[in-house]
Parts: sequence; C-alpha cells; structure tokens
Amino acid sequence: MTQFVEPTETDIKEQELYKEMGLTDAEYDKVVSILGRQPNYTEIGIFSVMWSEHCSYKHSKPFLGQFPTSGEQVLMGPGEGAGVVDIGDNQAVVFKVESHNHPSAVEPYQGAATGVGGIVRDIVSMGAQPIGLLNSLRFGELTNRNNRRLLRGVVSGIGGYGNSIGIPTVSGEVEFDPFYDTNPLVNAMCVGLIDHDKIQKGTAKGVGNKVVYVGLKTGRDGIHGASFASEELSEDSEAKRPSVQIGDPFTGRKLMEATLKAIDMPELVGIQDMGAAGLTSSSSEMAAKGDSGITLYLDKVPTREDGISPYEMMLSETQERMLLVVEDGSENKFLDLFDDMELDSAVIGEVTDNDRLLLYYEEDLYADIPVQPLSEEAPVYILEGQEPKEDAERGDYSNEDLDAVFKSLISHPTMASKDFIFEQYDNQVGANTIQKSGFGPGIVRVEGTNKAISMTIDGKSRYVYADPYNGGKEVVAQAFRNIIATGATPLGMTDCLNYGSPEKPEIYNQLDESTKGMAEACRALQTPVVSGNVSLYNETKTASILPTPVIGMVGLIEDIEFLKSDKLSEGDSVYLVGDLKKQFQGSQIEKLIDGEIRKTVREIDLELEYKRGILLKDMFVSGDIHKIAPLGRGGLIVKLAQLANHYNLGMDIDIDVRGDLLFSESASNYVVVAPGGLNIEGAAEIGKISGNAFKVSAQNFNVDYDLEEINAALKGAIPECMSSVD
Amino acid sequence: MKFAVVRFPGSNCDRDLYNAAVKVGAKAEYVDYRETSLDDFDGVLIPGGFSFGDYLRTGAMAGVAPITKSIKKAADEDKPVLGICNGFQILTEIGLLPGALIHNTGHTFISRNESLKIVNNNTGFTKNHAENEDVVYPIAHGEGCYYCTDETYEELKDNNQIILTYNENPNGSIGDIAGIINKRGNVLGMMPHPERALEAVLGSDDGLRLFENIKSWEENHDTVR
Repeated sequence: MTQFVEPTETDIKEQELYKEMGLTDAEYDKVVSILGRQPNYTEIGIFSVMWSEHCSYKHSKPFLGQFPTSGEQVLMGPGEGAGVVDIGDNQAVVFKVESHNHPSAVEPYQGAATGVGGIVRDIVSMGAQPIGLLNSLRFGELTNRNNRRLLRGVVSGIGGYGNSIGIPTVSGEVEFDPFYDTNPLVNAMCVGLIDHDKIQKGTAKGVGNKVVYVGLKTGRDGIHGASFASEELSEDSEAKRPSVQIGDPFTGRKLMEATLKAIDMPELVGIQDMGAAGLTSSSSEMAAKGDSGITLYLDKVPTREDGISPYEMMLSETQERMLLVVEDGSENKFLDLFDDMELDSAVIGEVTDNDRLLLYYEEDLYADIPVQPLSEEAPVYILEGQEPKEDAERGDYSNEDLDAVFKSLISHPTMASKDFIFEQYDNQVGANTIQKSGFGPGIVRVEGTNKAISMTIDGKSRYVYADPYNGGKEVVAQAFRNIIATGATPLGMTDCLNYGSPEKPEIYNQLDESTKGMAEACRALQTPVVSGNVSLYNETKTASILPTPVIGMVGLIEDIEFLKSDKLSEGDSVYLVGDLKKQFQGSQIEKLIDGEIRKTVREIDLELEYKRGILLKDMFVSGDIHKIAPLGRGGLIVKLAQLANHYNLGMDIDIDVRGDLLFSESASNYVVVAPGGLNIEGAAEIGKISGNAFKVSAQNFNVDYDLEEINAALKGAIPECMSSVD
Repeated sequence: MKFAVVRFPGSNCDRDLYNAAVKVGAKAEYVDYRETSLDDFDGVLIPGGFSFGDYLRTGAMAGVAPITKSIKKAADEDKPVLGICNGFQILTEIGLLPGALIHNTGHTFISRNESLKIVNNNTGFTKNHAENEDVVYPIAHGEGCYYCTDETYEELKDNNQIILTYNENPNGSIGDIAGIINKRGNVLGMMPHPERALEAVLGSDDGLRLFENIKSWEENHDTVR
C-alpha cells in the first residue's frame, strides 16, 4: 500500500486519530475486536462514518423503536430509503423527511440545495416518481443580519435545486425564534408516486452480480459530512465548509430520469442512493440487507481527478450518485442506458458470498471488514435523562395591551405571509398542483385519476419545550389537523427529530418524553411512522436549539370533485370548534411578553382530537362546511387574520370570552367557515364573513381594522425585514 | 396535427407540454435534442426547464444542439413553433425571436399565478381570444426579464409582434412583455406557462384555448394572414 501516503495502523492508535473522526476510545476498541486486529486508515474512516449518529442513530434508536410502524395501508415501513403507503388501484405514495441542518449553517445555499437533492434521490431510489417537495425551516429572528443571510441562502438553495430538477415545492412552514440563532434547521421532505410492483429495495444479492456506479464523478467534496452532521457546531465549523457537498440539479435530473428507466429493467437487483457516507453506506448497507458480501475495485470508480485515495473515495459525499446491483451479464445494458443519458457509469465491483466488504485499488487490498457487524453492531447508548423543574403557570394576559400584541404578532415573520419565500419555489411544475404553498398543506392530483395526495410538514417546538410529553403528542396532532382540513384521510407520517446534544441530561429527557408522546399520538390518530431521520447535536455557542420534532404527513383525497370550487363567500358564518383554554405555555403571546417558555403541563385529549378531526373532514368532503383552518401559533385571532388576508374577505366576529384567550394556543381547536345555523359538535358560531373590515370583539378587547391594514401587516413583514440594512 | 416536443437534458416541462397537446386532441411525440430532422412533424413545442442546467447562460447550450437547425427549418416552412419559458429563452438564443431574457430585476425566482393580457388576438396562436382579454397563466422563472434595444421594441410594436403582456410586471420586462411572435406569425415565445393552466381545479384553464388554436393551426393561421 504505497500509492497513497496515509497514517499507519500504529499512528491511528497512538495518535488517537480516530477521535478526530468522532470515534471514542471504546468505539475504537470495538472496531479492533470486530476486525481482530488494528484497523487501517480506510477501515477506521469507514467505521467512523457508519457509526456516526447520522448513520447509526446510536443515541436515538431506542426511541425510534416506540413508534408504531404498521397498519393496513403500510406497504413498507422504516429501514429502506423511504416509507411506502397504499392509495389503492395498485398505486402507492413514497415519502420521507430529512435534515440538512449543519451544512446549511455553514454554507446555506449548498446545504439546502443538497438537502433537497438527497431526499429526492431517496424517493427515486425506491422506484417512485417524485410529485411534491416540502420543507420545514427554522431561523433566528430576522432582525439579525446573519439570520437574514441564512434565510436568503437557504431559500435560494431550495429553489435553485428544486426548480431546476422540476419537482413542485407545494408546501412548507417557517418559524423564526432566537433559539435557532446560527443553527438554522433545514428539513426537506419529498413525496413520490409508485405502482406497487415497482417498489425497489436497496439490496445486494446473487453471487457474481455486478455493482454499477452511476452519476457524478467522485471528488473530494463532502468527506466526513456524516460525521460533521453528528457533532456540535462551533467556531471551527466554518473550517468544515469543505465537508459541505455541492449540488448539481442538472445531473440530478438526468440521474432521476435514468434511475426511473433502470427500474423498469428486470435485471435490476437492488439500488441505493449514495447519500450520507456515500459509497461506504450504500455498498455496506446493500450487502447487509442482502446477506451478502461486496467486493469493490476502487480504481474503476469514475473520479474527478487523479490521486483520490480509497479512504477519500469511500468517505466522499459527492452528490448525484447511485449504486446499483444488476444481474451478472446484464451490466452492459445498464451502462448503455447511462451512456445514452450522458451520465458517467462503471462496473465497480461484484456481490460475493463471503460476508465481507473488500476494497481493492489495483492489486492492493485497502479494507477487509465483515459486513454485518459494520451496520448491525454500531454502538447504542442509553443515557440518563433529567426532568426539568416545573415552572409556575401564567394563565392570564388580560391586563396586557392586547391590541399591541395583535399587531406585533401579525407583523412577526413567523405568523406573517411567507409569499416572499414560497414564491421563490416553482409550485406548479408537473401541472398537477391543486393547492400550493401558502395556506395549509400542498395538494397534488394523482395524474390520470380523480384522486389527490394532501401533504403537510409541521413542528411546534415551543410546545415540546414546555411539555415534551404532551408537546410530542401535539406535533403529530397538528399535522393530523392540517391533513383532515383538506378533506384527506391521513395515511402515515415521517418524522425528523431535531434536538440538541443527547449527552445533556435535559436534552435526553426531551427526546425521551417527546418521542413517547409522539408514539402515543401516532397510535391514537392512526398515522403510523414509515420513515424518518434524526439530527442531534444542534447546539450553538450559548444554548441548545428548541426540541424540534418535525412531522411530515400525507393523506388521501378519494375524489377531488369537492375541491373544484372554493366556496368561501360573503355572508358565510364563522365557527370556533373547541374551547379556548388558559393554555399559554409555548405560545406566541408568552414569547412576545415574557420572553420565556414556561415548563408546565399542556393538555391534549387524543381521543377527542381524532373524533373531531374525522367529523370535520367528513363534513368538509360532503360540502356542509366550506373551510377548515386548524388554530396554530398566535391562537384564534391570528388565524382569523390569516384567513381574512388569504381570501381577501372581511370578518365580523363577536365572541364572549376573556380577550386574552383569543391568543391561547390550546389543543384541538379549529376555525370553520360554513353556512349559518349549522350544528357542529363542540362548535359555536362566532361571527360572519362580511365587508372590508376586520372586526373582532371579546370581553374587554376588540379590534377594528381595514382589511387592507391586516393584509399590509401580514404581507409586508418578511419583505420589510429582508430589505433592512444594518 | 402532430407536434414534436423537443427534449433537452434538463427540460422539465416536457411532459406537461406533451399532455397539453394530447389533451386538446393533437398528436405529440418527444424528440431528442440529438435528432436532426423534424420533417415528420406539423409543429414544434419547446418546453420549459433548465436545458443543460442553464449554467452558462439560459438556452446557450441548447442553442448549439443538433436539433436547432431543424427547428429553424420548421419555422421557415411556416409550421407553428411555440417556446415556453426556457423554450422562449432558446428561441431568442437561436435568433428566431429578437431580444433576450435576463435576470428578473428583483434577483429572485418568481413562481405564482400571473394576470396577463392577450394584446394581439390576430395570430394563429391567439385567435380564439378577445382583444385585450385578461388571462391567468402561472409564471415560474428566474430569468424572465425581456430585454431588447429601443429600435427592436419599436419594431415589435409597429408589427404587432407583442402578443402577451403582464398586467403587473413581475420581472422588469421592457413594455411589460411576456410573449412575442416573429414577423411571419408562426414562432411564439412566452415566459408564462399556459400548459399549467388547463383545468380550473389547478387554478386556471385559460391556457386551453392556446393549444386548441394551434391544434387547428392551418385554418387559424391562414385566416389571420
């Protein structure tokens, strides 16, 4: 092994080089015992990425095990690139959410762009045609210049990749909160459509079958990206910019088209995207799933330049690459297809029956690792959490200047219109978008049918911080509410768990409690988890981010007929479904006035949640009610303002409750618009759609604005922040 | 009427355009950019997207692709040629239409339903529209700002070559231009996407008539000439 100058086995041990790669002493020792000898540089590099939090879920595995993953509609649960749920007529939807937080913090454009590219390849490698993209974003407040820079970069990165590859971005949500200063969250979700018999698995089987590489030539970019994603951001993180991958949506599109063609070829045995940990994870995971070994001849890998070592090759996270296993003798058919699509490709190895990952470069052997232990024996850590002390409750804001609160909230970027952001994404390419980003979930028609898929992404981290257990329930419930509000039946969900360092007891407790709550809600609301992703160590100089589980959910609309007319109109009645309780912990009024999150119990009744949701959905589908809008951040009055703005319709509301309760963020509440005099369980008629004014009156509190003022506040908030120059 | 939907690597509205042609009852076939003849077709549709990634300049690489010569030949033969979004950019790049498309003045990509005006309904593409009729087509572009010299702009006006204008200019285009036609009246380029406006449930069906018009091209084109 003289071709490449690398540290020796002894250097690695004596200089503890594995620590720079993120491995502990104990983990190094475990590698030694698996191999029965000291690992060389390539081998220790491979273990370090496969055992990173990002690839191995070593701190989160026990929590993920709680989630219900099965159901009548589930065709494939977690474990593959993405989950699959049935939508009838031999069709299914494939979906997954994934984080790209750390890369976006140091290089927002590329970090976000490659986040989109990665999730698209996950969906495509299952054999599905992507039909919708969604994203959930978190930034610090836009009064801070750096946060504006991050927002600008992330949004143009998402657009730059998604618009070019030609998949509509149909929904998203964005929140601005100081807890995300310098550590933005970028979670991207993709939904694809597939026929049942086309579902692919990432598996390597059949001795002698060939391993085919296709896509961009491998370069030195993104080396150790997965390890970087598994550590805390620090002042040194800027130096990790080379760990950020570079997206190429043009090649991404060609690769997507080529992959979907390859999937139609019967000689394809398995396929996996080269995402985090690139060639290492794709080859070893496929071998592990197929109970096989794999031998790779790395000198055959298409490379961007000479002299890239096996270590660099195995750890590179060059984007836009796929790894295929094809039947022996059929490889030229695939190479010809890829040639025709003008993509680089090569046969780089073969499947063996020896249960080993063997890496050769020319004549020399650079790694000899048993396949199963590499993926199966990754360490799992169960730590001790610590429950935080409960705070004193504040259940009354009626002495505050509520008019000022209202104006502040509708002028805050979190609650304001996101048109500035959403208009930078192509919402309609594919010509099947029924409802695009803006108000509620995306709705995409299943081409050639009368069915549609409703898709949402949501996360309410302040609730989770206030009460991890019930907050965990609430994030799932919120996604459920979004889906039923479109008239869709929820089918399943995907989750992205964004938290701080699990090694901090209070963060560990957040993970523990919130996932328990989420699992309970999944069962109660019949939304099994079919895929997911974990992003830990989201830490900044001063604090951990808020615990931010983000839920992506899809639902099925059986017949789009009822969506063909938007029935909201002057004279319709407005109903409040549910009760405005004194529930302010984690709310926006609490954030504005107190600047803190009180850790007290948030109540949520899952049985009521389900019953109410399904009831409203059915009434919407049958045409009895015209609009369902779940309450969210800012409570009832903010939702009313958003509705008035979205439809450009005035409101005249009179509700006999204490004024501050209009800002309460208690669970399971909706605004419903319907003809007057309707009997809806748990609902009260509170006013009418009327005129050109926004009028709301409650006990000791009323507002009366021109609709134009409301529109100006909501529409102007983000552009105003973005144009400030300080 | 049989249309060629020209496909470049990076085209991403090719399927939408194909579906639009089929929806109005025309025939359509995809044609690869490496092909050198369009003789078998009665018309040419150039879709939106990012041909060759548009990394160099929008439409620049597509402009030197093998298929280009046959697109020009089809135009010379009086066949209808419609370029949408990236297709429009390509048509200006290869000189079938004057001017160029540059970065939106706001420097961001803009995607939304846009209110437009059909300012010339006396063409084979727009015949079934009322004069100055308002229509809604989606737009989705980062480089859709139409630019030309003053001289060209005067010429476009004098020859009634401006077909489509924005009611609220989103991108800084000269004269609110959203779409123009060649002098002969058979090559139309436009930034907005009529192929995404074929059904009310998707937000607008205003694009349908454009495709119905070109399906009956010979009849329509002849009557206006």
